[in-house]
Amino acid sequence: MVISYRSAWWLVFALMASPLLWLMMLAYMGGLGANPIEFITRYLGDWALRSLLVALAATPLKIALGWTWPVRMRRMLGLWAFAYVALHVSDYIIIDQFFDWDAIVKDIIKRTYITVGMATFLILSSLALTSWNGAIKRLGAKTWKRLHRLVYLAGVLGCVHYFMMVKADTLPPAIHAGVLGGLLGIRVWHHLRSRSLDLVTHRRKS
Amino acid sequence: MLIKIRKSWEMRESDVTPEALFKNRRQFLKTGAAALAGGLVGGMLSRHAFAAWPGVGEMLGAVGKSKFDPGEELTPWDAVTSYNNFYEFGTDKADPVNTAQDFQTDPWTVEVAGACAKPGRYAFEDLMKPHPLEERIYRHRCVEAWSMVVPWLGVPLADVIKRLEPLGNAKYVAFETLFDPAQMPGQRRDVLAWPYREGLRMDEAMHPLTLLSVGVYGKTLPPQNGAPLRLVMPWKYGFKGIKSIVKITFVEGQPPTSWNMAARHEYGFYANVNPAVDHPRWSQAKERRIGEFRKRDTLPFNGYGDEVAALYADMDLSKFF
Ligand code: HEM
Repeated sequence: MVISYRSAWWLVFALMASPLLWLMMLAYMGGLGANPIEFITRYLGDWALRSLLVALAATPLKIALGWTWPVRMRRMLGLWAFAYVALHVSDYIIIDQFFDWDAIVKDIIKRTYITVGMATFLILSSLALTSWNGAIKRLGAKTWKRLHRLVYLAGVLGCVHYFMMVKADTLPPAIHAGVLGGLLGIRVWHHLRSRSLDLVTHRRKS
Repeated sequence: MLIKIRKSWEMRESDVTPEALFKNRRQFLKTGAAALAGGLVGGMLSRHAFAAWPGVGEMLGAVGKSKFDPGEELTPWDAVTSYNNFYEFGTDKADPVNTAQDFQTDPWTVEVAGACAKPGRYAFEDLMKPHPLEERIYRHRCVEAWSMVVPWLGVPLADVIKRLEPLGNAKYVAFETLFDPAQMPGQRRDVLAWPYREGLRMDEAMHPLTLLSVGVYGKTLPPQNGAPLRLVMPWKYGFKGIKSIVKITFVEGQPPTSWNMAARHEYGFYANVNPAVDHPRWSQAKERRIGEFRKRDTLPFNGYGDEVAALYADMDLSKFF
């Protein structure tokens, strides 16, 4: 079955929106459990990291399977990742801490996992702010590309943040880190291989 | 026997139990769990005849009204029984209510060992039946900075310990949870060093607030709350309240405890509620009472300082946290 890129775009858009819609439905139906605030914080944190992993999967999918459509959609994917991160952080500030700035500042300074989360948030914010075409022109393609490579760091820091907050069960963050490791591994493997292919072709030429 | 002196946590005689039980009954009808409903009927019939210990989810008869009541709104049954840290049944707090329902607590044997005159293997009923049950409404503060108010049923641990006649060199009491990966799916992975272990200094174990609990909201403990018997020390973080106890050992030295073994700098042996000593990764100054939106201030010793602070008079609580 072949569907147009446009329909595929909307389909993926809807898929990326579905965790948020599900959360809203759970909230509406009273399905958030005994501690809804904790549920929301964790749920949005989970989907912030997962949608970031989805965005980071675009290039590896092209490398491994030859698909080009995910790369064409990656701005939308990246902005969804940012949306979940922004919701997660807003939830922390507004619902969890209820604007208790004293406690928030102390958390950011004293709790390393919050410090790491903050750094990740700042990175992803700067990428979201420069995600429009005009920004590429203004920064120059090279600088823009270098800036947007920070997304790998954001993925790593997101996993670190997750690892640092769990009490004893490191399996869930390990699964997310494993997926990230696989995605980055495909890029590294591709990079190394194309470099050695380059060398081969260079040698043939000379 | 109930302790008669009025303390800060017993603001008023409680008439809350009948209302709570009424709510429970409605809850039962709502959930429509046939097995539990059957148990309830059976429990009501056998309320006065206390020949056999009631099954899981059944009413416990002949319970004295609580003198221990902070006068705060009770956390609803639903929340108390669906939001549980019981890693033996999964690490998500929503797991135990789903994975623990087939947990077998009958028959149940508790091994008593170590420095005491009456060691041996006790059938659960034999261990508990000599003691009249009391209801105690306690604040419950989890190390994760949330809290509840729970109407427990049980007997003072001190009464049971006296019967077991500890010897002079028994300075601590160690407790163990059942290890049974077939029934406890959480034990199939080494999230903690199983079996779960906890311990108390002898004076803590003998303190009148320390409860060996067998029930909540008038009924026997549901599996997710630690059936058939667990500890409750309201001035300590919840993880000290070891669940589904199968072994009690009187020892001379401070026993190893599970969370302390997992992360020594995060979970101390004492684990007294203390707003001044943060968990390394989060503040303990405030807590979220389940059902409330804004966080409230955490009280030293969870508000039981008048009763227990003397136990730790000469100790540096930032070191012995
Ligand atoms: C200022 C920035 C951030 C703050 C203040 C923050 C705060 C938090 C808090 C309070 C929790 C819950 C801890 C608990 O319930 O014990 C949490 C969990 C989490 N956060 Fe963040 N976070 C931030 C940024 C991020 C970012 C950028 C990501 C992902 C890219 C992220 C992903 C997660 C994940 C995966 C969890 C674990 C959820 C779970 O337990 O299932 N966070 N964060």
